[in-house]
Amino acid sequence: MIGTLDSRVPSGPLAQKWQSHRDHSRLVSPNNRRKFEVIIVGSGLAGGSAAATLGELGYRVKCFCFQDSPRRAHSIAAQGGINAAKNYQNDGDSVYRLFYDTIKGGDFRSREANVYRLAEVSNLIIDQCVEQGVPFAREYGGLLANRSFGGAQVSRTFYARGQTGQQLLLGCYQALCRQIAAGTVQMFPQTEMLDLVIVDDHAKGIITRDLRTGKIDKYAADAVVLATGGYGNVFYLSTNARGCNVTATYRAYKKGALFANPCFTQIHPTCIPQSGDYQSKLTLMSESLRNDGRVWVPKRKEDCGKSPKEIPEATRDYYLERKYPSYGNLAPRDVSSRSAKEVCDEGRGVGPGGRGVYLDFAEAIKRLGENTIRERYGNLFEIYDKITGEDAYQTPMRIYPAVHYTMGGLWVDYNLMSNIPGLHVIGEANFSDHGANRLGASALMQGLADGYFVLPYTLPNYLAGQTGKRPSVDHPEFKKAESDVRAKIDRLLRVNGKRSLDSIHRELGTLLWDKCGMARNANGLREALGKIPELREEFWNNVRIPGNSADFNQSLERAGRVADFLDFAELMCLDALERDESCGGHFREEHQTPEGEAVRDDDKFASVFAWEFQGNGQIAAPKLHREPLHFETVHLTQRSYK
Amino acid sequence: MNFKLQIWRQKDRQSKGKLVDYEARDISPDASLLEMLDIVNEGLLLKGETPIAFDSDCREGICGTCSLNVNGEAHGCDHPGAVCELYMRRFRDGQKIIIEPFRLRSFPIVKDLVVDRSALDRIVQAGGFVSARAGSAPEANSILIPKQDADLSMEAAACIGCGACAAACPNASAMLFTAAKVSHLSLLPQGNPERTSRVLKMVNAMDAEGFGNCTNTYECEAVCPAEISASFIAKLNREYIRANWHTSGAE
Ligand SMILES: Cc1cc2nc3c(=O)[nH]c(=O)nc-3n(C[C@H](O)[C@H](O)[C@H](O)COP(=O)(O)OP(=O)(O)OC[C@H]3O[C@@H](n4cnc5c(N)ncnc54)[C@H](O)[C@@H]3O)c2cc1C
Ligand code: SF4
Ligand code: FES
Repeated sequence: MIGTLDSRVPSGPLAQKWQSHRDHSRLVSPNNRRKFEVIIVGSGLAGGSAAATLGELGYRVKCFCFQDSPRRAHSIAAQGGINAAKNYQNDGDSVYRLFYDTIKGGDFRSREANVYRLAEVSNLIIDQCVEQGVPFAREYGGLLANRSFGGAQVSRTFYARGQTGQQLLLGCYQALCRQIAAGTVQMFPQTEMLDLVIVDDHAKGIITRDLRTGKIDKYAADAVVLATGGYGNVFYLSTNARGCNVTATYRAYKKGALFANPCFTQIHPTCIPQSGDYQSKLTLMSESLRNDGRVWVPKRKEDCGKSPKEIPEATRDYYLERKYPSYGNLAPRDVSSRSAKEVCDEGRGVGPGGRGVYLDFAEAIKRLGENTIRERYGNLFEIYDKITGEDAYQTPMRIYPAVHYTMGGLWVDYNLMSNIPGLHVIGEANFSDHGANRLGASALMQGLADGYFVLPYTLPNYLAGQTGKRPSVDHPEFKKAESDVRAKIDRLLRVNGKRSLDSIHRELGTLLWDKCGMARNANGLREALGKIPELREEFWNNVRIPGNSADFNQSLERAGRVADFLDFAELMCLDALERDESCGGHFREEHQTPEGEAVRDDDKFASVFAWEFQGNGQIAAPKLHREPLHFETVHLTQRSYK
Repeated sequence: MNFKLQIWRQKDRQSKGKLVDYEARDISPDASLLEMLDIVNEGLLLKGETPIAFDSDCREGICGTCSLNVNGEAHGCDHPGAVCELYMRRFRDGQKIIIEPFRLRSFPIVKDLVVDRSALDRIVQAGGFVSARAGSAPEANSILIPKQDADLSMEAAACIGCGACAAACPNASAMLFTAAKVSHLSLLPQGNPERTSRVLKMVNAMDAEGFGNCTNTYECEAVCPAEISASFIAKLNREYIRANWHTSGAE
């Protein structure tokens, strides 16, 4: 049973908390480090940087990922950039300002101390990445270049072409490779964690399946770190890679880890719209496009079918510029996404199914010349052309919001440790830093902050008290967890029904997108909560998973993930229902101003919702714990982007 | 659109494989080739047959997971681009499409269209990094790097590690892949201290993995989804000669 949640935020002034925490954390001496084994699940920016760094420090690390190489983790796909408070542009940036922007951007639903620490270590990340050979964009004089990103009023974003995530991940992968060669890190690609093992209330191991051979294995360690990314694919269609899933964190939740703010999901405004039912994923067009592109739809429904060239200026509605004169096309993600949905709901959307708005570069091309635009966004225009067959230099792009990032995740304290001692959670998999809405270019920052500069200080604090406590894999808890995993796989293979996995997953995704997507309301959420169990029934009675378990079986692999999504979806809707306010990406239609702005309820909801598993289904509804958020430094204000 | 497909089926590494005929019907020209395979698989599943195994993850050309030969070309006909970025509007209605895995000894087949490319990871493990311990880095702007150098380094660093270069090469050479990593790091001051040992170790590892030699056929450059220029191979050769020179004590 869990009592009150202790966030373990150190006392003292905000700006000194992290330093003083490090000064007083326990250490593990160099000779003793090799006595400790650490399991890290995930090799993205968070897991990869943590594995490399802990390896460098001398711990024995086992790192797992489901891709065939750690270099292919989903972090590779991040385009836009990474924030840091370097103030290289001399435009008034500072650690405090980055902290404040992140807290405010998150609509005051994150912990001050964690966010301040994030802003504080952001500068170290840039130093580290440059030293690893990350080829960030530079100015002619040889200095690092920056751009303003996602509505920030300073230029604090570092980038490497449109491939920042790729370059940061390769830097981290290379550091990881160095440790693999040095023998401190053992890498297990194509190995999926299917359960967490808890011995005497501490997380001490995992159960895995080798995706190539189907072999089930048990691994014991002194601590377990989950860096398994976000769960955006619960919606079926998202900008995430196909493999992204909730399995690791959900199964840890079933073992007692609290799941925090699961309903906080981010919808990204600039994605290529869906073109048909066969669609397998959505592609993000970097937000940087909004620096030069203007968003519009026809004023009149009747014009929607026309070619954009036939729609004169006077009958176009540049709705973001109209509604938010000071931010215009750079209004924050949730605000612009919702505005796009609104105009499409009014019947003024363009393209297939009327689910799209124009992002028009005509004016920027006229002002700056096609070459400048090509230089800035050439690769994005090419991607767009490949996918849609349209030339965005000639005709406006069509964009539509899509699920992009999940702020919710396993609950962690200031040490990034969950309520289960020994279980640490980093990167997108935890809930910690982005509140109800994440600012652009700050996920890469958080993943690397956690892995390079936070966990290496906080993990020893736990390990120091754990000498000699690593169990053997023959411990009954391992055996039990292993047989549970086997039973679940057998059950999946036994259903042998008539429906494909994708068809069920797609149905779940559509339901969530309608009822728990960009806008939510109590009736819709209740409806979804009624339907999800039915869909789960359908899955367990009628899904067809071919083949067997002792084999490379991609259908089985995905079936386990979809099964977890079906459970998790319910938790998400429950959380959205319970949070009876609007904040950040969580927009409850009941709580808005006459202009359609989100209305928070700080008296009732300035807290983290952390859910405790009690069994699947409505009979055993999960138990809600609240961690109140204390704002000692910032004043809570209503966001206004007018 | 409709297509006649011939797809490589192979149960596992040891078994013999063969091309099997399939049909794809009512495919939208806006669907990708991988989405067409999803549709074919759904049909197979409902008929009680085993779906075709193939690799993909990001489906937007950046992770390097997808790896198919389409009508004999690595990643298909829409260069530059990974096969996940190949759309059906690039084909004629009714066209025959042959889909096979990358074929070379260093990438053994796991199943159907899935190959094992861990050889590429081992080349990087041999030395494709800068030994920069976390926490020890100097202030980022303390070392200036001319824009041209940074840009050129970025061009090499863009490699997605897909292995198509080796798959397309008549000699099964992984030179372009290795050249990209060596060039990326040797063009930056941070890569300088380990410049000599890096290239020697990586080239040795490449040979040990059984990749062939380069005879300048440029098939690699033609199929590379990241547009890595074959001129980096010339750079790799120069780096290699320089390194041998240094270590032989000929200075
Ligand atoms: C298209 C796109 C663009 C983006 N652009 C930006 C940007 O410009 N700036 C920014 O700051 N953020 C951006 N983001 C967000 C950012 O990329 C991610 O939040 C971040 O990379 C997540 O990193 P991570 O290490 O937490 O997880 P991931 O990179 O998702 O890594 C998860 C790892 O866990 C492994 N894993 C998962 N489950 C299991 C399991 N059960 N067993 C074993 N291994 C498992 C995976 O194999 C993988 O190695 C973008 C996201 C998307 C989708
Ligand atoms: S050089 Fe090109 S073809 Fe070769 S692995 Fe890299 S991206 Fe793929
Ligand atoms: S699936 Fe990622 S590059 Fe093709």
